[in-house]
This record gives sequence, structure tokens and C-alpha cells, in this order.
Amino acid sequence: MTYDTYIADSEKTGTQRVVDPETIGKILDKHSRDQGALIAILEDIQAEYGYLPEEALRMVGKRTGRSLVDIYGIATFYHAFSLEPRGRHLICACSGTACHVRGAPKVIEEFERQLGIKAGQTTPDGEFTFQTVNCLGACALGPIVVVDGHYFSNVKTAKVKKILMSAPVEGDRIEHAVA
Amino acid sequence: MISLKINGLQVSVEDGATILEAAQFLGFPIPTLCYMDGLSPYGACRLCVVEIGEGPKAKLVSSCTYPVEEGLSVRTGSLRVLRARKMIIELLLASCPQSKTIQDLAAAHGVRQQRFKQEYEDCILCGRCVRMCEQQMMAGAIGFRGRGQNRSIGTPFDVRSEECRLCGGCIYVCPACQLRCTYTEPDKAVCGGCANLPPPCAEKEAFNDRMCYMDPCVACEIEKQG
Repeated sequence: MTYDTYIADSEKTGTQRVVDPETIGKILDKHSRDQGALIAILEDIQAEYGYLPEEALRMVGKRTGRSLVDIYGIATFYHAFSLEPRGRHLICACSGTACHVRGAPKVIEEFERQLGIKAGQTTPDGEFTFQTVNCLGACALGPIVVVDGHYFSNVKTAKVKKILMSAPVEGDRIEHAVA
Repeated sequence: MISLKINGLQVSVEDGATILEAAQFLGFPIPTLCYMDGLSPYGACRLCVVEIGEGPKAKLVSSCTYPVEEGLSVRTGSLRVLRARKMIIELLLASCPQSKTIQDLAAAHGVRQQRFKQEYEDCILCGRCVRMCEQQMMAGAIGFRGRGQNRSIGTPFDVRSEECRLCGGCIYVCPACQLRCTYTEPDKAVCGGCANLPPPCAEKEAFNDRMCYMDPCVACEIEKQG
């Protein structure tokens, strides 16, 4: 799933949707039945619903003939997959080694303080999901924060508020004004 | 047939065999933990390490997953192997000291100390139960979840799998724990084995439909005495 599709679909995730077999069927028809397609299927489901609903995983298991533990194992192995409904906006703060020594812990703390949630949680209004990631591969620009696919480099605690404010209210794209 | 050297002895074994199978067939003892006849080799516990190759190119590999190669030179009991094996046992002891299987291994290999932070895990993630469930019981009810230090074995979404037939195979093969399932809540229990452990096993009514592999069964003994 690209972050663009995530944003495009994030409007749908505001309210939790019922998982209907037809949507899942369409996704499954797009992919081949071999083992390697499973991750692609899960990515598409996550793009559709914003997370992986339990019902959807069960349907995938039944339709592909794979055991549910296999699918569940993969879904829990990759941090990119979420089994919990996520907020409309996804904030990823890098806590990799380089970002860490450049002050990521303070930035993460500030995000947690301003959102009133811990890393890995979603705000009660369903607006933001905040999580830490281990490395985004742009260590020279750290600390890095990604909001709905937009990268903010050299983030300092003073910038946190601006980043949160610039997060789109109606699911449109953030401008690069802050970065 | 493939010819190779095991502990200096020139032998020939069937194509496709693993080093472990060849060595065991020829009578060279290699301790194992996650390996089990009838299950696919997994290479999780590393206890079956052997040294292959010569000189600076010599390296340690898990013999249960390494297929025999033409001209391979294998040492099953070199100093390096013994040292590695002892370390693995020590690490296993650090995570799961209450396991009889691991205690026996430690005793057999002369491991008399454990220098790491003591933990009391009930699982060493050897994957025996997962493979048993999938390959012998054809169920696929339990599997690995998460990764890294969060890796665990269990059912999807922590509810009892529809595939689970309560055969108890997973508990039967488990070398480390008797507490895989949440035995105090019968609805969540993966199988019946753990229902036989004290203290909840004494009240067996809730577990009547589960199979028992315990010999002797603690609960039955208590009932007999009571």
C-alpha cells in the first residue's frame, strides 16, 4: 500500500465499515492464488479499510485455503499491518539509532503529550494514530516524522504543534510548508 | 549416494539426507530439542550444531537443516561445537529453567551454571507444537505471532481456533511448558493437557471433554487420595 492510497481511502475509515464478502472477493480476484500474493492481498485490504478487520482475514483464509494462523502470523509480523482500526491520520516518528541520538525521544514525548496518547495508540476522536518506526532510511535528515506519507526532517519539539496543525482536517494532502 | 567425512570417518549416505540423519544413522550422537521424527526440520533451537569445513573456513551449522554434501567434512564433537552447545543450553536454562527436558540436557552436557538474567518463560519458541498441529494433526490451529521479542505461539486473535480438535498433540510434544493454553478458562484452552496440572485440574468437570496425556495425571492422583 502506498501512503497516497492510504490518504485517498482515509475518508472511508472515519467510520468503521462492515466487511462485505464482495469487496474481499474483488481484492482476491485481483491476485493470484500462490503463497507470495498474500502480502499483496493484505495490503489491499488495509488500503480499503485502513486496517485488517478480523472478519476480512477469516474470509481470506477461507477463500485462499490457507490457515488463519498463517495469515494472522504475517499480519502480526509486519508493523505496516494493523489489526486495530487506525485514525484518519497516521503519524510515524522514527526512533532509529540516528534519529535517537539526534533527539527523537524528546520529539516522540512531545507528540505523546500533545495528542494525549502513547505511541501505538489512536486518539479517542479517531483523528490521529501515532506510532514509532525503527528506521525510515533517511538518517541524515533525522529526527524524521512522517504524517500521511509526508516527510518532515530535522523535527524539533517546537515543530510538533505546527505539524499536527498542518495535518489535513478533511483528509486532503499536507503542504510542505512546515518542512 | 553421497560420500562425506564425519568425525574423520569416510562414510557414504543417501542423497537428500541431512547431516543429523546421517550422523544418527551412523551412531554419532547429536543432541536435539526442536527436531522431531515426523515433523519437518526447523532449526530453531540450534542445539544440533556441528562444525563443517576445514581450517579458517570451518563454520557451525545446524545439522538438522543442513543437507549432506559431497566431500563435506563434519565434526560433531569438536571443542568449538561442545562450547557452542553448552552456551545454547545455558541460554535455554536462562529462559526456561523449569523444563525437565532442558534440565536433563544441562545435566547430560555438564552445564553447572547459568550466568544470565534468570527468566521463567513457559515457551522457548521451538515450534514443535506448531509443526505438530500443522503436519501431523492437519489442523493449523496454532502458529507464531508477532516478531522479535514479541514473538509468541498461540491461536489467531487469542480465541480458540475452529480448526482445533482438542487433540492435545501440541502439549504432548512440548519440551518446555505445560502451560501453553490458558487452562483456567476452559473456553480459551487450546487443548486439554494443561488441565491436568495443579491447581485447576482438581476441578475436572469443566475439562471433561479434553484428552489427557499426563502420566501420571496429577489431578487423578489427587482424586484417588482424596
